Amino acid sequence: MSQYRPMTEEELRERVRRLKAEYPPDKVDMYTFRGAQYDHGLAWVHFPEGYGGLGINPKLQAIVADELRRDVHTVYDDLAVNPIGIGMGAPTLMTYGSDELKRALLRKCFTGEEIWCQLFSEPGAGSDVAGLATRAVRDGDDWIVNGQKVWTTLAHVAKWGLLVARTNPDVPKHEGLSYFLLDMQSPGVEVRPLYQITGEAEFNEVFLNDVRIPHRYMLGKEGQGWQVAITTLMNERTALGGGSTQKGGGPIQVLMQIWAARPPKRHKPAEAAVLRDRITRLYIESELLRLTALRAREMMRAGNPGPEGSVGKLAQAELYKKIWECTMDVLGEEALVYEPGYALRRPSQEERRDKVLLAKYQFLRSRANSIEGGTSEIMRNILGERVLGLPGEPRTDKGIPWKDIPRGG
Amino acid sequence: MDFAFTPEHEELRQTVRRFLQDRSDEATVRRLMVTDDGFDRGTWKQLAEQLGLTALIVPEEFGGSGLGPVELAITLEEMGRFLFCAPYLSTAALAVTVLREAANDAAKQELLPAIAKGERIVALALAEAPGLWEPSDVRMKAREVGGRWTLTGEKTAVIDGQTADDFLVVARSSQGLSLFRVRAEADGLQREPLPTLDLTRKLARVRFRKTPAEPIAAAPDVQPQLERAFLLGLVALAAEQAGGAQQCLDLSTQHAKTRWQFGRPIGSFQAIKHRCADMLVAVEFAKSAAYHAAFRAQEGDEAELPVAARMAKAYCSDAFFQVANDTIQVHGGMGFTWEHPAHLYFKRAKSSALLFGDSVHHRDRLATLIGV
Ligand SMILES: Cc1cc2nc3c(=O)[nH]c(=O)nc-3n(C[C@H](O)[C@H](O)[C@H](O)COP(=O)(O)OP(=O)(O)OC[C@H]3O[C@@H](n4cnc5c(N)ncnc54)[C@H](O)[C@@H]3O)c2cc1C
Repeated sequence: MSQYRPMTEEELRERVRRLKAEYPPDKVDMYTFRGAQYDHGLAWVHFPEGYGGLGINPKLQAIVADELRRDVHTVYDDLAVNPIGIGMGAPTLMTYGSDELKRALLRKCFTGEEIWCQLFSEPGAGSDVAGLATRAVRDGDDWIVNGQKVWTTLAHVAKWGLLVARTNPDVPKHEGLSYFLLDMQSPGVEVRPLYQITGEAEFNEVFLNDVRIPHRYMLGKEGQGWQVAITTLMNERTALGGGSTQKGGGPIQVLMQIWAARPPKRHKPAEAAVLRDRITRLYIESELLRLTALRAREMMRAGNPGPEGSVGKLAQAELYKKIWECTMDVLGEEALVYEPGYALRRPSQEERRDKVLLAKYQFLRSRANSIEGGTSEIMRNILGERVLGLPGEPRTDKGIPWKDIPRGG
Repeated sequence: MDFAFTPEHEELRQTVRRFLQDRSDEATVRRLMVTDDGFDRGTWKQLAEQLGLTALIVPEEFGGSGLGPVELAITLEEMGRFLFCAPYLSTAALAVTVLREAANDAAKQELLPAIAKGERIVALALAEAPGLWEPSDVRMKAREVGGRWTLTGEKTAVIDGQTADDFLVVARSSQGLSLFRVRAEADGLQREPLPTLDLTRKLARVRFRKTPAEPIAAAPDVQPQLERAFLLGLVALAAEQAGGAQQCLDLSTQHAKTRWQFGRPIGSFQAIKHRCADMLVAVEFAKSAAYHAAFRAQEGDEAELPVAARMAKAYCSDAFFQVANDTIQVHGGMGFTWEHPAHLYFKRAKSSALLFGDSVHHRDRLATLIGV
């Protein structure tokens, strides 16, 4: 069953080749090229025509990616261009936004001219994001928003924020939320850096003081915010659980290259045997992560993923942490040194060209893999309850108004 | 008796803890870890003069307290808990141990009283790249011409190498493994402070080019003595790791009790409760490993020491890392921030796991010892 229109692989490849002929990626700038890619319907192929897509099966996106890589130096990684906008924001906007909003925002989202961020988590609401406290109160055609968000990746460069706020505190927590697109340049939005384990500030605290959002920037209906947020979260988890797209690629490739380049005799034969076995296990798991993601994509029917996406998210988070740990063990005494240092700053990609530096950085950065986008514990709860149908734990926060939920302290 | 802790031991622990609560709070650690020296000379002086801790394992005849591995383990366990930034492990533990085990009387006479009084910082230059941690691995050669010795080569992961007044260098002579004293200002000595993964422990790479060195070994070949000293060093580091792991467990348990999500404390979720319980098992095992090794060393149980020391370093390295890793996880996003102390322990855990050889290395040696 499919609501998608049929298209052959060859026809799609031909379209990509035409795009590349008209706009040679090595010659035109990123905005121009990606703008043309959008106009050719090759941004999100499953989106309708006129919105960056062709209305065809989303698994064909891999064909586009493959063809885009051929015979050129310049290849853009969507997740680097605008990770939250392209991976999570756009599908949410596509599903719940008005035509006017889609036309106004999708193209610049894809080109990277306008970066997006995700304003979900709060100091008091992380795993329990539906318990959030930021308030939005209706005032004529606007909503007035007050509250604090935290861990907001990219907020310091973002034009748009995916904001979930409480519009009704008197009903159970999931029922009183609404979802907005927030112009981050609005008066009353204040962004402060938050530094992380590497000394860098990828994320931020965002303070919202009497911020006005026009009603037409609400996605979905008032009180429907949780349902809209779930769409964003499931797209996030799928994006975070796909493994590498190429055989033997991604983190395991870096580990294997560092292993191959190790100085002779760093490890005694017996030690080397242990490490070899560990690396090979990690290779198997990396391959299985990639193949499982491929299988999941094959089976995906509708445009938005379901709770099964948590399989890849959980597996990838735990696997990548182990791969980078193993890399440190291969590096031995070299790993006692952290060349970039820990000066507090905004992140830079420059210093990660070198494989060894990349690995040391990732050893630290990957600690967040099992926290960001939903913790591994929450993924296990979702898999247990939503996929396997196991009974939930007894809940103390169900069916009572949000304002009456116990908060401790 | 296996773990014969006495009231004096408990008193020592409390004294060290009170001192560190006052002088090594988190703000102080964060201030010192970004300085070049990495420690506070005033605090070091107090540690020596008021608490006598720099003299802890210096023999009485050289102006010390003459205590042993058990008291050292207690002290380092507390220091590990507080991430105490000071050249204690390098000078008061490793250098004193090496001098006690392998140096001649003249060298002991010259260095031990000065260390005891907190007047000299002495670093052990043993490890070489790649992965040569053990005395038996040492490749650096010492040359003698007309009674004058010189050293050429490179030592790595020298703890407190950038602030040391003297280096104790392990190198090979034609007669075997030997020990040399090299002054920091000696010709041809170059020290390069390393940008460390773990900011709370300073490391340096030290290069020697025809550097004049004073032979101080107690015998022509002191390999057995140095090996024993190395094992005692493993025990000291394992105790420090156990202390760091305990602090991580305490932070995690506290957080699990006070952080609420879904209308209840996160510690009420079995995923978190069981994780904390597993951390507790790891911490208890780590302490057992470190204390057992310290007591066997104290009793002079030479047969058991190699087994116990390698077991302790292998187990405590893995346990501390796992517990520090879990501590970040239990704290969620907060545990990933610079502001929260979890990352300081996490980096200490990884770096101390690698220092002196990782757990794979020590399990390999242990396997041979236990006949696997
Ligand atoms: C690098 C990074 C980037 C991020 N970027 C963003 C962003 O751009 N936008 C955004 O909105 N958020 C972002 N986050 C926030 C992230 O989604 C939250 O940190 C995460 O959901 C966990 O919430 P918390 O930090 O409050 O931890 P808590 O929810 O307090 O969790 C603490 C611990 O309790 C466990 N726990 C909680 N509830 C349960 C349960 N029911 N059962 C079992 N265990 C449980 C957790 O698994 C965790 O181990 C980011 C986080 C990181 C680390």
